[in-house]
Amino acid sequence: MALQPPAQRVWWNERVEKGELIWIGIAFLWGLVMFFMMVYWHINGRQNLSTAAFRIEPSTFEKRTEAFAKQFKAREEGTTGVPVAKPPANADVYMLARLWEWWPVLELEKGRTYRLHLSSMDWQHGWSLQPVNINIQVHPGVEHVLMITPTETGTFSVICNEFCGIGHHTMTGRIHVVEQGAGAAEPAAAPPSQTKR
Amino acid sequence: MATTTVQEDFIAGIASKFRTCPATGLRIDLAAQRLIKANAVAAVVFLAVGGLFGLGVALTRWQAVHLLKAEWFYLVLTAHGLDVLLLWIIFFEMAVLYFASSILLNCRLAAPRMAWVAFGLMVVGGVLTNITVLQGDSSVMFTSYPPMMARPNFYLGLILFAVGALIGCLVFLGTLVIAKEEKTYEGSIPLVTFGALTACIIAIFTIASGAIILIPTWLWSLGYISNINTVMYKLVWWAMGHSSQQINVAAHVSIWYAIAAILLGAKPLSEKVSRTAFFLYILFLQIASAHHMLVEPGLSAEWKVFNTSYAMYLAVLGSLIHGMTVPGAIEAAQRQNGYTRGVFEWLRKAPWGNPAFAGMFLSLVMFGFLGGISGVVLGTEQINLMLHNTLYVPGHFHATVVAGTTLSFMAITYLLLPLIFQREVIWPGLAKWQPYLFGIGVMGISLFMMGAGTLGVSRRHWDIGFTDAAMGFKYPATAYLMLGLNGISAILASIGGAMFVVITVASVLWGKPVDKSNIVAALGPMPQRQMTSETAASGYGNAGTWHLPGTYILVTVFFGAFVLYYFVNWKYLSQLWPMG
Repeated sequence: MALQPPAQRVWWNERVEKGELIWIGIAFLWGLVMFFMMVYWHINGRQNLSTAAFRIEPSTFEKRTEAFAKQFKAREEGTTGVPVAKPPANADVYMLARLWEWWPVLELEKGRTYRLHLSSMDWQHGWSLQPVNINIQVHPGVEHVLMITPTETGTFSVICNEFCGIGHHTMTGRIHVVEQGAGAAEPAAAPPSQTKR
Repeated sequence: MATTTVQEDFIAGIASKFRTCPATGLRIDLAAQRLIKANAVAAVVFLAVGGLFGLGVALTRWQAVHLLKAEWFYLVLTAHGLDVLLLWIIFFEMAVLYFASSILLNCRLAAPRMAWVAFGLMVVGGVLTNITVLQGDSSVMFTSYPPMMARPNFYLGLILFAVGALIGCLVFLGTLVIAKEEKTYEGSIPLVTFGALTACIIAIFTIASGAIILIPTWLWSLGYISNINTVMYKLVWWAMGHSSQQINVAAHVSIWYAIAAILLGAKPLSEKVSRTAFFLYILFLQIASAHHMLVEPGLSAEWKVFNTSYAMYLAVLGSLIHGMTVPGAIEAAQRQNGYTRGVFEWLRKAPWGNPAFAGMFLSLVMFGFLGGISGVVLGTEQINLMLHNTLYVPGHFHATVVAGTTLSFMAITYLLLPLIFQREVIWPGLAKWQPYLFGIGVMGISLFMMGAGTLGVSRRHWDIGFTDAAMGFKYPATAYLMLGLNGISAILASIGGAMFVVITVASVLWGKPVDKSNIVAALGPMPQRQMTSETAASGYGNAGTWHLPGTYILVTVFFGAFVLYYFVNWKYLSQLWPMG
């Protein structure tokens, strides 16, 4: 019985039955498959989280994000007063998290790759892009830089999925994805040539 | 003349400290018995409180009901996590440790006074943290990630509780040493005690990690430390937070073996294999902190891949082994008991009307199919991108910690009542249904939260309708349906949980006392044993003497489901926006 000392004193020399051995073998191999699947995806997969991260003062990140939003401001998002930044393809794109908003709103072009910088001004937040369902943790004092390529057009929401106090469930932001070249036709959008500095 | 009286008094004094178990003939240290009772009672109290909080959470998530206001929701969610994940489980584990050492090894408990100090510290710590949370200003969730700060007593309560648990672990280890010294058993410790030892070793690692992070955090909340690094906090905190769940795994796997042994006479197929599986837990489970760091900035991919897989899934290997050897031991025992017809007669004729067996088997199945598979998928580095901090996470751990651990703890309670509390289960007719009701409820909670999580619904979120948000967002209608079903499941589970609390409390207070005449009946229905003597029972466990077609089929079905679900998730991942 499992409640009593082993019936055979020298239990470690017992021969293990074949069925049990086969299962251990299968389970071990399956573990290797799962392990190397992650490695394989780093080599051949297209969804890997960037490991580029830097220490940064929240105030510094805020200044950079504000400069970015000013430089590429195309319009404001509805009546919210939040700027919509439309950066050129392959640009550095900033989005900051603070109690309780993601700022600014971004307008990106489908099929283009952007270098997205994320950081928090205060507490930890969860950058959760919906309904795509990409979820990334955002820390204060750490700037996370990742390459991202939208593959569908439409309006996407960024919600917060790390608890950040009483206003947590009101913390949202947006990313618009438009066809390539479509944004320039909109009246409010600033043409790339007008960008300063 | 005088010396003999002294000696007789001495012997009588010792005898008064023990009773003889009518079922097993083991000497039971009354000090250990009192401690097991106290810890089990405290556990059930916190289960009742925490369970009620959990119901509040689920009924608020159900958008049509939306029971609590936002402040209360976050407060209650914090308290729910603390009470059930920490207090209920660790108090019960203390009872399991004392049972697996003192009772199973037929030995006096080491330092019972210290064990009472441990109990006292745990009670004070648990109550202090609860009061602090209920005062408000400490709704920081179970995880209390900085820079969000709780009141100092929140951390202090946790520290006191952890110190108490650490002392309890040392009493357990001390008892093992005494048992060895005094030769109260022959050969090696029983497998169940070995599993408890595994739990204890992991617990000590866990508590040390907790101390390393909670003490500075407490000092920070008092103003003595200016800053806590947020990434470092998560890394060390989860060395406590996740590893403590591995204490549960080791404890409830031990309980599976114990219940199968008591009710069916099951013995391990191979002592070597089962013990090696436990040993794999000790070696590899602790690095699971990485499961919570997969979408965190500042950590290398190599670190994530190695740690999240427990070094190439070697701890998962341990669980996969138990996943075969536990049903295998049951099948072998049942075949010995005479249920040899067909592939599944052993399972059909198992004592399904015994709540200890039903709870144990449901726990085994749900822990494996729901908790185990979802846990591995969730802990896959890249797949975590789709699931991190969604409701999938609580969906997963309700399958492991509630369906797995809590249900198995409930199951063994039905045996502890007659064996330790010396009381019959007061309403066996009601008790029979309890594990099914609770089990089905928890299964629903897990599945529907996982479903909502797959749709991207955030965890720890008061309003999935975003009614007060400047920029609104709508989840698909299916998400609302999932959360409604989750609420209904939570009601079922709460009824099952309340039944458990009422049955155990009433049995302890008013249950019929158990003695030699009714002890076996008090353990509930169990199959006729064909073999009673030791010699006959040793027929298997040796190579080549048993065939377990039923177990092989169950394991094959499990493995098929695992592989399929694993690759389906990779398929989903490949459709996400490319990132690098």
